[in-house]
Amino acid sequence: MNNSVGNAGRLLWAGLRALLVLTVITGVLYPLAVTGIAQAVFPGRANGSEVKDASGRVVGSELIGQTYNLPKKNPDDAEEAVVPDLKWFQPRPSNGLGTNTVNTQYKLILSGATNRSGDNAELIQWVKEAKAAVVKDNSTAGYRVKPSDVPADAVTSSGSGLDPHISPEYAKLQVHRVAEKNHLTVAQVDKLVAAHTDGRILGFIGEPRVNVLQLNIALKDLVAAKG
Amino acid sequence: MSPVLAGVLQLLALVVALGLSYRPLGDHMAKVYSSEKHYKPEKWIYKAIGANPDVEMRWPAYLRGVLAFSVVSVLFLYLLQRVQGSLPGSLGFVSIDPDQAFNTAASFVANTNWQSYYGEQAMGHVVQTGGLAVQNFVSAAVGIAVAVALVRGFARSRTGELGNFWADLVRGTVRILLPIAVIGALVLVACGVIQNFAGIHEVGQFAGGSQQWNGGAVASQEAIKELGTNGGGYFNANSAHPFENPNGLSNLFEIYLILVIPFALTRTFGRMVGSIRQGYAILGTMATIWLAFTGLMMWTEFAHHGPAFDLAGGAMEGKETRFGIGGSSIFAVATTLTSTGAVNSFHSSYTGFGGGITMLGMQLGEIAPGGVGSGLYGMLIMAVIAVFLAGLMVGRTPEYLGKKIGTREIKFAACYILVTPALVLCFTAVAMALPTPAHSMTNSGAHGFSEILYAYTSGANNNGSAFAGLNADTQWFNTTIGLAMLLGRFLPMVFVLALAGSLAEQTPVPETAGTLRTEKPLFTGLLVGTIVIVTGLTYFPALALGPLAEGLAA
Repeated sequence: MNNSVGNAGRLLWAGLRALLVLTVITGVLYPLAVTGIAQAVFPGRANGSEVKDASGRVVGSELIGQTYNLPKKNPDDAEEAVVPDLKWFQPRPSNGLGTNTVNTQYKLILSGATNRSGDNAELIQWVKEAKAAVVKDNSTAGYRVKPSDVPADAVTSSGSGLDPHISPEYAKLQVHRVAEKNHLTVAQVDKLVAAHTDGRILGFIGEPRVNVLQLNIALKDLVAAKG
Repeated sequence: MSPVLAGVLQLLALVVALGLSYRPLGDHMAKVYSSEKHYKPEKWIYKAIGANPDVEMRWPAYLRGVLAFSVVSVLFLYLLQRVQGSLPGSLGFVSIDPDQAFNTAASFVANTNWQSYYGEQAMGHVVQTGGLAVQNFVSAAVGIAVAVALVRGFARSRTGELGNFWADLVRGTVRILLPIAVIGALVLVACGVIQNFAGIHEVGQFAGGSQQWNGGAVASQEAIKELGTNGGGYFNANSAHPFENPNGLSNLFEIYLILVIPFALTRTFGRMVGSIRQGYAILGTMATIWLAFTGLMMWTEFAHHGPAFDLAGGAMEGKETRFGIGGSSIFAVATTLTSTGAVNSFHSSYTGFGGGITMLGMQLGEIAPGGVGSGLYGMLIMAVIAVFLAGLMVGRTPEYLGKKIGTREIKFAACYILVTPALVLCFTAVAMALPTPAHSMTNSGAHGFSEILYAYTSGANNNGSAFAGLNADTQWFNTTIGLAMLLGRFLPMVFVLALAGSLAEQTPVPETAGTLRTEKPLFTGLLVGTIVIVTGLTYFPALALGPLAEGLAA
């Protein structure tokens, strides 16, 4: 009996030493080596692909989606509904995003999806409301949006809630509105969208997309150049 | 180009890439586990462990090594989370509560990576990099070691010796996983995955105000998370988060990392048992199921039946623009047919049938191609069952690879295939019968039931993905899913190693005209049929209540 306890102890001790050695290799040396190379070769990407506007101010990451809303009338009112600033191209909905509930010394964004199923009443309601809003917001005096024109990405939340992209169809749908609000011609904004539409990588990998932050930065530059 | 065609081309590109790595990687792994030579750094490691890597172990000794290492790992990871609040380099994050720390420790040691925590707000650099990512390496290496021990059981005769666990663990980590992970991590950084040790980072926003991001060693963790079929995301959104998976190319590359070792291990198997064609028969079985599942998934997701998807005009809820339906469907099948459980889109918002496909993939036992190591040993167990069934049909004593499948062997195989369904169905039934667990559901009706069925399926099969509407951070779910993960990982390993020991003791039987030719396509067909019938039927009643009911109603 004593012997078997001793054996088990020796075995666990060997296990612990194995774990500690492998922790040094895979938990310390490996991440440090990768970080070293990454910081030397791809510093911009390794640090979050930050984007600057014309004035040189960092306005976010190329990879992290943002919202483009009007400032709240009362910043302390959590209940106040957010109103999109229609001057700017609008991203996809992000109903699955959260804020941090622990370690609240930070104001972190919790990435996430809604996880609602296709027959979920709340999701059906969200899609209905989003569709009605897209149709209403994007219809201008000379341009009527039909509900059937609205692409799926415009009315659904992404997996991360941080999707930096919209489909080229959703960008095109917003062109007339954006042109009107910024006193630009439709052709000017069309050109802008075309210049910021990325196709599939090598022609077949991923999906065509428009980076909303890059597009809005370019739009801001265009408005500034004109005015 | 239509999205459907682009999806099919991405799948073909994946097949080509996997095909190109199949021989070199499979042969390399066979060499790693057969070589007598120890590299100098490995000798230092063995010295530190205090183990002689040349001592052959019989199955009980091999199993004791596996269990001792895993017990220590669970305790270490548990303690690391419990003291996080006092550790430097942890961003000032507080310690994790006991039930969640147990769940997470069990989860990462069992190669599951079920996560009831939110990565970005709960886990600091030390726990993520020095605890969770380490288990991503070593739990994968343990899985491959057990698979290799079973292969040696088939390959060796009249000995009962299965190799040395410590040598297999160390070699798998430093000779296979580490080099590929380094290259993989750098490829991911080149695509845009972050890799730094910065703290919480505050930057301005376009429309004013600011936002806060986590820094972190994300690329190094992402690479091994996919390569070791672990799946635990640095961020809550896992591989849907742009910092984990920034574009279509990184997406395809991550799917490749998930699948590359499990498929190539069939080559390693073929090499080690002395017949490459036996490996092809297993590969054929895995590839058939994988391609069929991917095809079905693309079909149901592009068809997008379901009230909300019909209204939206596409099943884009929970999916990222840059991946689309095609890239998301391929990922979802790869992650649930292996033990990965990483997600680039949220399975709970898939169509009813799509969600059912992800669940069925796990319920088949994650063997097509399955987790690293666990896929191969799971598939070989099914092969033993298939040979046994064929033997019953023709009235001959079944044999596989020259070994008799007698009473003892078939008992171990039968126990193996019963463990996981028993865990999944019993825990699901109890959770449904109790009054409080159902309060964790986000959706109601058939989909609510699916959330709980999915949770235990994912836990017991060591997958780790979720119908994430379920609030699993309760004492009930943290504890029971934690138990399901540990039992679902280590009980099957007991039966696999016992079977391996029993096979390795046998004297091989010579092949005769009446021997079932297990390297032929006929056997691949028999094996696919056995898998679908045995596991499919076990779960059919449960699936009928959940995803099938939802899918048929849509």
